[in-house]
Amino acid sequence: MLSRTADHLYWMSRYIERAESQARLVDAHYRMSLLPHTVETLAQSLNATLKALRMDGAYQERHAATVPRSVFEFVSLDRDYPGSIFNCLKAARENARAVRGSLTSELWETMNSTWLEARSIAARRGGQSDIGQFVEWVKERSHLTRGVIIGTMLRDEAFHFTRIGTFLERADSTARILTAHQTDLVPGADAGVVPDPFAWSVLLRALSAFEVYRRVYRDVITPSKVAELLILRDDMPRSLLRCCKELYQNLKAVANEQSEETERRAGEMHAMLSFARMEDINRNGLPVFLARFLEGLRDLGDRVASDFLVPPAEA
Amino acid sequence: MASSPYNELFLNDGVARAHYSRYSEWLSDQPADRLAQKRAEADALFHRVGITFAVYGQEEGSERLIPFDIVPRVLPLEEWIRLDSGLKQRVRALNAFIHDIYHDQQILKAGIIPPEEVLCNAQYRPEMQGVDVPGGIYAHIAGIDIVRDDAGEFRVLEDNLRVPSGVSYMLENRKMMMRLFPELFSAHRVAPVDHYPDLLLENLRSVAPTGVADPTVVLLTAGAHNSAYFEHAFLAQQMGIELVEGQDLFVRDEAVFMRTTLGPRRVDVIYRRIDDDFLDPLVFRPDSMLGVPGLLTAYRAGRITIANAIGTGVADDKSIYPYVPEMIRFYLGQSPVIPNVHTWMLRRPEDREYVLAHLPELVVKEVHGAGGYGMLIGPAATKAEIEAFRRQIIATPERYIAQPTLALSTCPTFAGDTLAPRHIDLRPFVLSGKEVSIVPGGLTRVALRAGSLVVNSSQGGGTKDTWVLEA
Repeated sequence: MLSRTADHLYWMSRYIERAESQARLVDAHYRMSLLPHTVETLAQSLNATLKALRMDGAYQERHAATVPRSVFEFVSLDRDYPGSIFNCLKAARENARAVRGSLTSELWETMNSTWLEARSIAARRGGQSDIGQFVEWVKERSHLTRGVIIGTMLRDEAFHFTRIGTFLERADSTARILTAHQTDLVPGADAGVVPDPFAWSVLLRALSAFEVYRRVYRDVITPSKVAELLILRDDMPRSLLRCCKELYQNLKAVANEQSEETERRAGEMHAMLSFARMEDINRNGLPVFLARFLEGLRDLGDRVASDFLVPPAEA
Repeated sequence: MASSPYNELFLNDGVARAHYSRYSEWLSDQPADRLAQKRAEADALFHRVGITFAVYGQEEGSERLIPFDIVPRVLPLEEWIRLDSGLKQRVRALNAFIHDIYHDQQILKAGIIPPEEVLCNAQYRPEMQGVDVPGGIYAHIAGIDIVRDDAGEFRVLEDNLRVPSGVSYMLENRKMMMRLFPELFSAHRVAPVDHYPDLLLENLRSVAPTGVADPTVVLLTAGAHNSAYFEHAFLAQQMGIELVEGQDLFVRDEAVFMRTTLGPRRVDVIYRRIDDDFLDPLVFRPDSMLGVPGLLTAYRAGRITIANAIGTGVADDKSIYPYVPEMIRFYLGQSPVIPNVHTWMLRRPEDREYVLAHLPELVVKEVHGAGGYGMLIGPAATKAEIEAFRRQIIATPERYIAQPTLALSTCPTFAGDTLAPRHIDLRPFVLSGKEVSIVPGGLTRVALRAGSLVVNSSQGGGTKDTWVLEA
């Protein structure tokens, strides 16, 4: 397929996934903001999240203090900030439009109506309850988009590049959310200190892992197990291992003459996570592990771009 | 306009024409609110599917719908048979003409067309002189604009031989009508049109360079900001071919390749939807970012087919249009089935004299203009405008032609909640390759403003589904 087409498909799915990740974070915090809690805890969690998503600078340029309502609005609907959910949906649709001939008509219609609806929601936004509804809606649209991709697309290169975009973005997002909570996840927290249920529930809900945790561990929530679930569980859809596995498989499916090293590096990341134990990760510390992981992902993203999407000028 | 226009649906006494009778009965049985709801449904669907055209220079609302009218334009079979043969005849002659002027120029030698009309035309491409194209076909896809005059006779108003557009609306309008009113399609035998993309692909493959067994066809677009982008993407998808931009292609060793995720891949046929001027910055406009450097070299070497060919514009120029009936006699030895609109050529003294004496009732067109620019509509013009045109005509008469102001036929069309007659035309799409083929019907465009004769989508025109009844 055309390199340019692959590039648009890859970014289309990255932006949709990014919109969903951010919607999940807003949703988790929004729910917590409705419960009785200390204002500081919520603000702290929001600050850590903004920082991990590298949105803290842009937020502070626009807002003086971390007020939940302003953070929600900023992340969700800010029209001027390119990273807002609103603009992610716009970018996803623009990428889709550039290659609409390569999409199934169901997928194009889904992308297009998501954007049209987002535009009208942004135009009539009102009270705080609308934010909750908006992020719920974004999650639903992302589920729908994924379903349409899996349910209608031919399993060819177009599909694989779409999936590569999804899993690179998802791995990145899970790693960043973990980064935001890395201090809550130090193993010492297991011993005696009662973990902050607020932080846990934000983290687990943001990754659709709250119910999964109960089901898998049938136990009280402990930092080690949370980290294990989100990093090393192969059956957990948003875990780092799962994302790397999908990424590796989809990369293998599109291999070309120059992509061998990219494939090898993806395979290496997958193998490392497959055989890692939490004790080993904790030995160097979770922050070090997460920073290395994010660096590895960034490298993979660059390599995918130069191997497939924007090949260097013709030799 | 002295006489009243031909009404496609009703006879003078308000009774429906025979081929419309069943439709007309159905229509009068429909409650107004059902029709209103169906019209709203059509709008919503077109929006969701993104059947839009881009409007330049506007950011947020930069994609607009072309208004769709739910009353179909119906053609009885016998009228269509005549149109079909006339269109094929005309396009055969036009292709023969283009081949001729880039080779032996017999029609010029025979004195049928003054050589300067062709050779000094801005659309004549000397680069094409002596270049052989597969099958001698130049206009692979032609959109011929047909109007019906007040006497009920079909006439050709204009030939579009460069990059005619609109066929996607023909296809989408039919899909929409079948979705909105399935009962109408069980009650009528409407000739299908949805095989057009298959015909088009077959046609494009049939004109691949000789020796290519399994040709790769691509559609070349200017990109997502082009006004006809929807159609480009739609056709590429329907044909299952790559939609490419200039940046996706490159030329090496006189062959054309596209950049793919698996490395360079050879391209054999380019269905291009950008103008000649932008195709190859090394030959035509050097500032073009849309084209492919070196494309013309590959083309002249016979390594790539470009459809439509380079240099077809000379044959659809308004200064050449008056000669098309002569071409049909010259190349085919036949008399034209569909007449032209009567045209005065102002470089001829006797034509000029008549036109200058009758300016307020005529339409004067600049020969190289397109899309309604450089045009005087006598009955609608002010005295000052007429005088300004008169001076221009006297100064450079060869730049103008004149035609009678046509009373285009009308078809009932929704204006708000009520039906009113609106002027329409018809653009059938004629495909030429190994054979010449046409899907029955075409795109009917309608001028939505009362009394307006301008059907262009950029100027408030809409579209209708076009039915050819098989029985």
